[in-house]
Amino acid sequence: MPQPTDQAADTAATNAAAAGPTAAAPGEPAASGRHELTATGLSLGYDGNRIVDALDLAIEPGAVTVIVGANASGKSTLLRGLARLLPPQAGAVTLDGRDITALPSRQVATIVGLLPQQPIAPEGIGVADLVGRGRYPHQGWFRHWSSTDDAIVAAAMAATDTLKLAPRRMEELSGGQRQRVWIAMALAQKPDLLLLDEPTTFLDVTHQVEVLDLLHELNHQQGTTVVMVLHDLNLAARYADRLVVMRQGRILAEGTPAEVLTEAVVLEAFGLRARIIADPVCGAPLVVPIGRFHRPA
Amino acid sequence: MSGGLRASVPPAPTADAAAPLVLARTLTHRRERRIVLVLALLALVVAAVSLMVGAYSLSVPDLLRTLAGQGSGSENFIVFKLRLPRLTLAIIVGVAFAVSGALFQTVLRNPLASPDIIGVTGGASAAAVFGLLVLGLGSVATSAMAFAGAMIVTAAIYLLAWRGGVVGYRFVLIGVGVAFMVQGLLGYLLSRADLRNAQDALTWLVGSVSGARWPEIAVLAGCLAVLLPGVGVLAGRMRMLQLGDDTANSLGVRAERSRLALLVAAVALAALATAFVGPLAFIAFVSAPIARRLVGTGSLALLPATLIGVLITTVADFTAQHLLPGSLELPAGIITGAIGAPYLLWLLATQNRIGKGA
Repeated sequence: MPQPTDQAADTAATNAAAAGPTAAAPGEPAASGRHELTATGLSLGYDGNRIVDALDLAIEPGAVTVIVGANASGKSTLLRGLARLLPPQAGAVTLDGRDITALPSRQVATIVGLLPQQPIAPEGIGVADLVGRGRYPHQGWFRHWSSTDDAIVAAAMAATDTLKLAPRRMEELSGGQRQRVWIAMALAQKPDLLLLDEPTTFLDVTHQVEVLDLLHELNHQQGTTVVMVLHDLNLAARYADRLVVMRQGRILAEGTPAEVLTEAVVLEAFGLRARIIADPVCGAPLVVPIGRFHRPA
Repeated sequence: MSGGLRASVPPAPTADAAAPLVLARTLTHRRERRIVLVLALLALVVAAVSLMVGAYSLSVPDLLRTLAGQGSGSENFIVFKLRLPRLTLAIIVGVAFAVSGALFQTVLRNPLASPDIIGVTGGASAAAVFGLLVLGLGSVATSAMAFAGAMIVTAAIYLLAWRGGVVGYRFVLIGVGVAFMVQGLLGYLLSRADLRNAQDALTWLVGSVSGARWPEIAVLAGCLAVLLPGVGVLAGRMRMLQLGDDTANSLGVRAERSRLALLVAAVALAALATAFVGPLAFIAFVSAPIARRLVGTGSLALLPATLIGVLITTVADFTAQHLLPGSLELPAGIITGAIGAPYLLWLLATQNRIGKGA
């Protein structure tokens, strides 16, 4: 697939220019992720209700893919399908060419991690304990907790700036801190592909940017492929290498944010008239909704 | 893992970086261990007291001498034939009910999901009373009926609650409905029975450890010796199920399958205990929540819960035998019920206030 790689390299170059010297060199992230997650003719749903309909999508290794769409467009369902939480009604999800439902669950868990929209923390659980549970797929009948696990958990907590929270309990933390802890748990799992279902919901705008910066950093520094569902189109446009716009269970448009986010696409996907301008911070498309009462100048 | 990448390798594992983790873990474990130790000591004291106190009281030296095999004929009779079997049975069913409740509540993620609330032990009672009064079965066959009753009721709840998976609150609501049905059935069976038979059937309404005999205890202990290690093997999966099905699945635990396996173990434990002593109310319901509140670290707290179950059962039986006015000996189930009911009210009152009712 030469085309997506070029696009990712372009995006990476843009990001590198915007983010300064800490960002990775152009092309490097795209070359790093090795595992390929692909949906072919995928149909998903609950109780005979079809929510995702015969969808094809290849997740680009090493890139940040953001799935957007109106409510009930099937974006969360698609993510759950990709994470094998929902069995396909038709079609298949393959990981490196093999049907994901046929692979041993634990083996998949060492490659693909998912952070659900509302993960549950047992009452009274400590931060260190919770993050440590991310090591579960790497432990077996005879392989118990080791100093390597400690090192990996510590690295995951350092990357999410949660190490100093280690002695605290989850219920004592703020929403933003809690979300960082959950991401640390997903990182302790050491997945090559990290899927996140609306990781910024319930967070104020500061914490939203903080979480997305963290995922960007993770993608650039560790080469983790990131796939997430986001509500906020403008944040999606800024942080995505690849944008997938869904409408009624199908993909309406797919590509770089600049290619995909046009006034026509926003109108069709969300039923929203909008102007698209360049984000003054990074040049990504910025969606400015019009609404009923304001007329564009 | 992601070789050939600049920053793919986590920062070098220095002792420094992981130190806060190791410290947090040590403190968490130490807290649970300390609570286990205190509970175990309490249980030991209660056990000793229940062996010593009664119509014929023994002193501590008397008891130690008798346990060492140096007791007089009457001392031996009192300890080994009367008090020790009763105590042992109370301990074993305390363990079984407590672990069963802890499993139910964890895998269904609902504090109300307990075999005594959702009709599992009620199903055992109804089946036993049916066997006793209608089929005229003997005691062994009646116990077998009780076991089968609990299994059938749980299978029915599971199937009714199934909708491409089982969700805790639906399981609980259907279970509560089933509990009412089996209570109705019990009432019907008892109202048709003649007086003498109804007296026998009473053991199946309120549990009691008074009829303890060694052969039965051995059978029960043997069953637990198989089931409890099985639960131990599944404990790791249970810790992941605590985080919700989606997280558990993405960590490589097949949530639905693990839940089913754990439910089977939980029902087997509750059904066995009920088959031997009847439905000792609320032990399954309160043990794990009390233990988890004491430990307070989000741990499964299976061992503390077990010890709480043992403590409640032994104290309840001791109270029923000795502490009530007017030399009236009650079944232990009445005492456990009296402890459990206020807890249920408290739980319902506080859970909804903080919005975790479902």
